[in-house]
Formats: sequence, C-alpha cells, structure tokens
Amino acid sequence: MSAEAYGAQRPLPEREENLRETLGGHMQTVDRANRTVRVTPAPAPRQRVPFPFSAIVAQEEMKNALILSAIDATIGGVLIFGDRGTGKSTAIRALAALLPRMRAIVGCPYGCEPGRPAASCEHCQRLSLEKGRRGQAESHLVAVPVVDLPLGATEDRVVGALDLERALARGEKAFQPGLLAKAHRGFLYIDEVNLLEDHLVDVLLDVAASGENVVEREGLSIRHPARFVLVGSGNPEEGELRPQLLDRFGLSVDVETPTDLETRIEVVRRRDAFDRDPEAFADAWRGRDAGIRRRISAARKRIGSMTTSEAALRRATELCIALGTDGLRGELTLIRAARALAAYQGEDTVEEEHVRVVAPMALRHRLRRSPLDDSRATARVERAIGEVFGS
Amino acid sequence: MNPDPARSDPAGADLAGLALAVLAVAPEAAGGIWLRAQAGPDRDRWLAALRSHAVPGVPFRRMPAGIAESRLIGGLDLAATLASGLPVTERGLLAEADGGYLVISMAERLDPWLASLVAATAETGELHVERDGVTQTLPAHFAMVALDEGIDDEAPPAILTERLGLVLDLAHARFGDLPFSFETVASARARLPLVATSARIIGELCAAAAGFGLASLRPSLQAVGVARALAALHGRLDVADEDAILAAALVLAPRAVQWPSRQEQQEEAPPPPPPDAETPPPEQPPQDQSGDPPDDVMSQSALAALPAGLLADLKARAASGRQRSAGKAGAREKNARRGRAVGVKPGDPRTGARLGLIDTLRAAAPWQKLRRGASFGDGTIAVRREDFRIVRRRARRRTTTLFIVDASGSSALQRLGEAKGAVQLLLAECYVRRDEVALITFRGRVAEMVLPPTRALARAARALAGLAGGGGTPLATAIDTARQVAEGIMRSGRTPVLVFMTDARANIGRDGQPGRERAMADARQAARELAALCQTTILIDTANKPGEAAAVLADAMEARYLPLPYAAPELVVHAVSQERPAPRAAHRA
Repeated sequence: MSAEAYGAQRPLPEREENLRETLGGHMQTVDRANRTVRVTPAPAPRQRVPFPFSAIVAQEEMKNALILSAIDATIGGVLIFGDRGTGKSTAIRALAALLPRMRAIVGCPYGCEPGRPAASCEHCQRLSLEKGRRGQAESHLVAVPVVDLPLGATEDRVVGALDLERALARGEKAFQPGLLAKAHRGFLYIDEVNLLEDHLVDVLLDVAASGENVVEREGLSIRHPARFVLVGSGNPEEGELRPQLLDRFGLSVDVETPTDLETRIEVVRRRDAFDRDPEAFADAWRGRDAGIRRRISAARKRIGSMTTSEAALRRATELCIALGTDGLRGELTLIRAARALAAYQGEDTVEEEHVRVVAPMALRHRLRRSPLDDSRATARVERAIGEVFGS
Repeated sequence: MNPDPARSDPAGADLAGLALAVLAVAPEAAGGIWLRAQAGPDRDRWLAALRSHAVPGVPFRRMPAGIAESRLIGGLDLAATLASGLPVTERGLLAEADGGYLVISMAERLDPWLASLVAATAETGELHVERDGVTQTLPAHFAMVALDEGIDDEAPPAILTERLGLVLDLAHARFGDLPFSFETVASARARLPLVATSARIIGELCAAAAGFGLASLRPSLQAVGVARALAALHGRLDVADEDAILAAALVLAPRAVQWPSRQEQQEEAPPPPPPDAETPPPEQPPQDQSGDPPDDVMSQSALAALPAGLLADLKARAASGRQRSAGKAGAREKNARRGRAVGVKPGDPRTGARLGLIDTLRAAAPWQKLRRGASFGDGTIAVRREDFRIVRRRARRRTTTLFIVDASGSSALQRLGEAKGAVQLLLAECYVRRDEVALITFRGRVAEMVLPPTRALARAARALAGLAGGGGTPLATAIDTARQVAEGIMRSGRTPVLVFMTDARANIGRDGQPGRERAMADARQAARELAALCQTTILIDTANKPGEAAAVLADAMEARYLPLPYAAPELVVHAVSQERPAPRAAHRA
C-alpha cells in the first residue's frame, strides 16, 4: 500500500459504540433509546493487487507444484513448508489470478457444475429433474474460488450453521453455508496449517475424504458437495502437522530461503518495485501470468487424452517400492502429477523424465518417518531416484 | 526544511528519534517496531512522540497481552444483539487499528497463538473474520509497536518479531530532542512515494543482511523500506548511502546472529566518514563476484552507528550462540490453562460451566417469532431454559518430558547419545500425543537448557546436534535448574515428567566449588526440595556399576530408580511412557 492511505485524513467515528456492522458488512447504527436500527450500505473494500505469480523469483518446485494442482485437482493439493519470508503465501494468493474461469449453475449456492447432476447439491439435482432431459440448467462463467481459512475461524463458519440473521429477524430456519461450501470446486487455503485447531482438522479430514459436507446441528440436517483442493503452508518451527493431515496433501514442497546473494537481491528488488507501485508492477507482469494461464487451460484440455508410457509406470512403481511408501496413494499421485506436468509441457505421452521431476514433491511426505530425519526426506527420495533411474 | 546536518551523521545518530520518525512516515514499509524498554517515562515519552508525529487522528489501539481472541478478531456483539434483537457484529481490535498503530503491551508474554493471528492479519493487511456466523473481510493495515519488557532471553514470539522491521533498545539509545519536526515528517510522507532506491543500494543492504547472518529475506526488504523513509525525511528523492547505513543500523544490526568478518580490526578505527549526499561515490561495484564474504562496508558503518552499550550487548548475545528469536515460543502455551472449547451441549450454566452464548442464541433463534407472539413484543430476544448451551472443553493434561542428562566425565559421550536417542523416540510419540520434550545437560559448573520445551522436530534436531561432554558433575545445580524449569512447565498448565540420567557422583557443589562430600550433600538437599514439588520423577542410573549413590538420591527426590548402565533409548522411552499420567484428554463440562 502506498503512504497515501495513511496520509488520508479520516473522520473520527461520531459515536463509536453505536456504529456497528451487520452480518452483510453494512454499516448499522443502533439507536438504543428509540430501538431503531439504521442500515447504510458498506463502503466497497479496497482491492489489493496480488503479487504476480510469474514475478516470484526462484522457488521453481513450489511454483510447479501449484501449477500442477491447478491443472489436475485430483492430484490433491499442495503443502508448502519452510522458512519464514520465503513467499509461501504470496505464491498461493497469486495462484488465484492464474486459474481459468469455470462454468457454474446460476443461482446455486455451491457453484455446481452443469451437466453433472450426480455430483450436484440438492438444489441443482431438483433443478435438473425439473428440466428433465430437454435442456440444461442455465449456467455462467465464474472465478474459481480460492477460499482463505483464517486462523481463529470457528467451526460454525467452516462447516456452515443456522443463519442467525434470518432466524432472529424473520424467524426463518435457514442454512448459512460455511467455508467448505464456498471452496467447493476450488481451493481451500490454510496459512499456518500446523496451528489449525484439532477439531477443525478433524472436520477437514472427514470432508476432504468424502467430498461431502454433512451438517447436523441446530435442527439443521444438510448435506452438500464440498470437493476442494487443500493448499496449506506453514513453518516447521511452529510445530508439526498431524500425519493424517499430511497424508491428505497430494504434493509437498520444502521451501528454503535462497542463499545466493544475486537471487536475494532480485527478490528484494522486485518486492520493492511492487510495494512502490503495485498496479504498475502487476501490469508489467500481466502478460507472463496470462501465458501461464493459457498453458494451464491447454493442459487441462489435453490431459484427458494423454497416454502413459509403460516405462514411466514401471519407474513410478519401482520408486514407491524402493521408498516403501504406504498404500497406492503415492503411486497414484505420482502418475497424476507426472501426467499434469507432461500436459503442461505440451506432450502427449507421460515419460520417465516426468516421473523423475515430480517424484520428490509427490513422495517426500509419504516416507515412513523416523523422527528428526525430517530434513533428510528429500535426500532419501533423491537417493531412490538415483537408484531407480540409474543416474 | 532540512534537519541540522550533524544529525545525518550516522555515527552520532539518535536512533530512538529516527525510529519513531520512520514509523511515522512509512508505517507499512517498516511493519512495526520491536521496542525493548521497561515501562517508564522514557517509553511513554517515545510513544507520545510517535503519536504526535503520526498522521493526526489515526487510531492508536492498545492490545493487552491477555486479550481475548474474540475481541482481537471480532464477531457477534452479544450485548447489542440482545438489545436490538438483530445480529450485530463487533469490530475486532485488529480492524479498529486500521490505518494506524497497534500497540502490543508486554509482547514478550504474548500467547503464540494470538501472535499468529496478529501476524497473519499484518501480512495481508486484511482481517478475515469467520466467526459466530459472521463473515467479513475488513481492512486492517496497521503498524505494530511491540513493547518488550523482557529480561535476558525473553522475547516476543518469532512469528511477530519477523514482521517488525525496526528494532530499538531504549535503554541503550540516546533519546534526546526529536530530530525531525512534525512538518518535516508530514512532507516526508508526501515525498515517500517518489523516493527511488538504486540497485546498488538494494544490493548492499542484501549483502549487509548476509553479513549479519540473517537468513530470512524480510529484514532486507524492511531495510530497503526504512532507507527510503530516511531519504524522504532528509528531503532526498534518491536513497543515499547514509540512509542505507542508518537503515542497516535500525533493522539489520540488532538482529545479527554473526558479525561481519572484518569487524575486529576496524573496531578501534573511527567509522568511515559518510560520503556526501550530493556526490554519490562511483566506487563499490554492486556485488563482489570473488566469493569473499559479502562486502561489509555497509554493515561496518551500521555497527558504527550503534551506541557502544548496545553493541557490546548484541555481541555478547551473538557470542553465546543463542538466537533471541528462537525463544521459548513453544513453552508458553497459556491456552492450556483454560482448555480449548471443543463444542457445546445443552445444559445448565449454573453448574459453573461457561455459557456458550452464541450457541444459546442460535438455539433460541428459530423460536423467536413464536415466542414473541406469546409474551414478548418489544424486540428483545426470548431465551428459555432449554436454549442454554454450555461449552465443552478439553482439559489439556499434556506433559512435558524433561531430560536432565549428566554430560560430565568420560562416559559423557555415550550417555549423551543415549539421551539424544530417547529424546528422538519421545518426539516421535509427541507427534501423536502433542506433548513436549526438553533437555537440560550439566557439566563443568553449570546446568544448561539445551532444548527448551518443544515439539518442533526441526528445532530439536538443531539443538541436539553438536552437544559436548566432559568436566565436573554439578548435580545440585542441575537439580535446582530442573526444579525451576518444572515449575515453569507447571505454571504453563502442563505436567512435567523429569528424567534424570546420571551416575549421581556429584563433585561440584551448589556454590560451584569442587569437593565430593559437600557436593553430595548439596545434591541430596536439592533432591529433597525437588521432591516437594510432587512430580513424576525417574532417575536412571547410568553408572557402569549401578551403586548406592544414585539409589539414595532417587530416594531423596522420591523418584523411581532405574539402574540402566547401558540405557538403550527404547528402554528409557518405555520407562517414561509407563510413568506418564494416563488420562490425557479428559472431558469436563
């Protein structure tokens, strides 16, 4: 932000205790003597320009992981762990600008996809029954939701709860969808994911596994689809992540502060330029961001018709065996990530090389862990890659 | 108006005055200030001066250390909701501070959880509220003033200090007349967006940060922002060398974890005179490619700008290898005392349970129309007995396992290895249990907290690497230290489990003097004092031939005695697990 926002004189609130905001963000003045409430529309919030994705210096693996999960949601999200001040949350917030818009049914509170009644909410299923076979429900293009799960969020807002405003004002029993509903078909971002409270982690694990949010509280009985890509970031010094949650992330990336002075200078230089004039800086990088967006779109179209070479499959299996990863999840993620990478590079076939590139991020958090050996997980994957690929 | 030229001489700079001017000019770029000062007239004067130099009318919100999470973020305003019969939200303190300053009292005591909330908001400049049915995104641009009254190792949580660009120790700073008038600050604010930073200056600040051993990139960024503010204050449109030097003194040097290489020789020499602002020197290539340690002219000059007392203080701290920011963030889990709410259930609040007000409201809400018709007609909310919801809490009975390991004498290395192994295995358990582990070693004359209570593997790994052994056995001192640490753990609402690994052959007394008899007596005395704490204690006798000495000591401290001459880590962990208080997550209403 520029200094100008600070320089602007703002009038002091006339009577602070009387100025409140309603749930919708409207300013509301409560006059206690006359028992009246005056509501005025809220001022539009200032839009902050996000730091452009393409302007992020180095951190290639982190950027790749985010792009891959944007191409194929079934990869299952990204966990970014690392030092403070490495641009973890910058990269994730910048991702939103890279996502091609998606088609959603008009009026659906969950943004359901048209043409897939089986995966839709009750509202859209009813709609498709009414319309019958004759026509599709009306749909429009919307931005893919990237929903922030802020620290300190309460459970009722995460899963959804009784709409208090409508209940109190009109005596209606209505469901106020939570963040999980908002994130449907999009991304749910948790910064400082290792600080998330346990009972919220439980909810997340449950919903992420089933793709459906079931709310049974306050006399409500609601279920709605909630399929989202989980993106988390955190600093290992603040504490570890529960293994069950760790397992939910398809890819994991360790970021470190660049030690090379040139790179560090470049980071500071770009950030300084951005801080001085965010709009101009974003303008300068808009073309490159658009390029990545086009490639993501193209990769999504291509991914359905990709073939996977026998050798790539074999290497993936060998790697998982060599590392002793539990279950098939690692293998599946590995292949999916390799396929997304191949699609992003414009290839038609997934080759060994693709598997090799994505192996560290797909597998490093799936190793059977020995405590304190954490930092060496990457090295173990590298070693296994060396053995399997015979380099 | 330009200030007196003498004041722009970095060597004699008034850092306290400069810091507040920078914070008044560029609050966002600086992020905030880590102000180490005891409460007193100096600090009050500094805060008052900041206020008088800031944009008139901007909010100054004080955040007490014990602030409730709901007040910090906001949510449903119950009083107003009940009065009006409509849900009314309350603005959180973080949103109230928008455009101004958030003054954090006793930041060194700040709960790490609250610190994370503040840091996350400061990071984005927006407060995301998702609480009590309220969804809001409110602007929350503020600069933080973290008041740190800590002594010794106490420090605010690292997640917070990382975002505080300026660091100032008022005890060491010369805080005289203010170097800039209100008018100068105001015009600097207007000039700031026009101030340019050359690539050379950015490069040198980055190099200086590297010279001070700062891994994170944030200080470099903050230093660039502060340098621009300083240039604006001096009426310049380009950042000059002295601005960068002062920025390094205000931002980088106080965080130093190492000292730039050429420091020692240059210490006696007077600092290089700052080049004239009008003629920027053409020397200094932006970056030396030779692989030398990063160019340190700037860091040298920055050091020269620091008051002598502060410099000595910083060096002592860096020399002790203790990084202040590593702190004890993990140890101070004050939340534990109150237990975290895990949900609500219907019930009677008069039994002493806390009323879940919002959930009670929710329960009452659907019936309002009906009930209003019956008896209430005035817009108040009709809450009946069956609506009451009480908060269910999870009592945290988490343990902190404290190892006190004898690192003296010849077998120290092996014992240390065993202790390390046991700590590692226990940490693996903590994964699931979310318990903590700490490690104290003793040798020579001292007992040292090697690993403060933590469940962070990364930190533990770093602390455990490179522990040294050898020297005398100051057993009494070790027991005393253990008792103090255990008391601290109890204060933070956790249950300590103490595991001593020693052969109990003390030969250094409480006063640090050698002498076996005296030392043994002291140790027994200390053991009895420890026993008074009534904590679970295990003494593992690591002597090659387990003997009476250790058994007697175990008896004195009412500890379980385990002769394990070759204490395999698995055995130690097994023993500890058995002693651990079992019910960990008891629910109470």
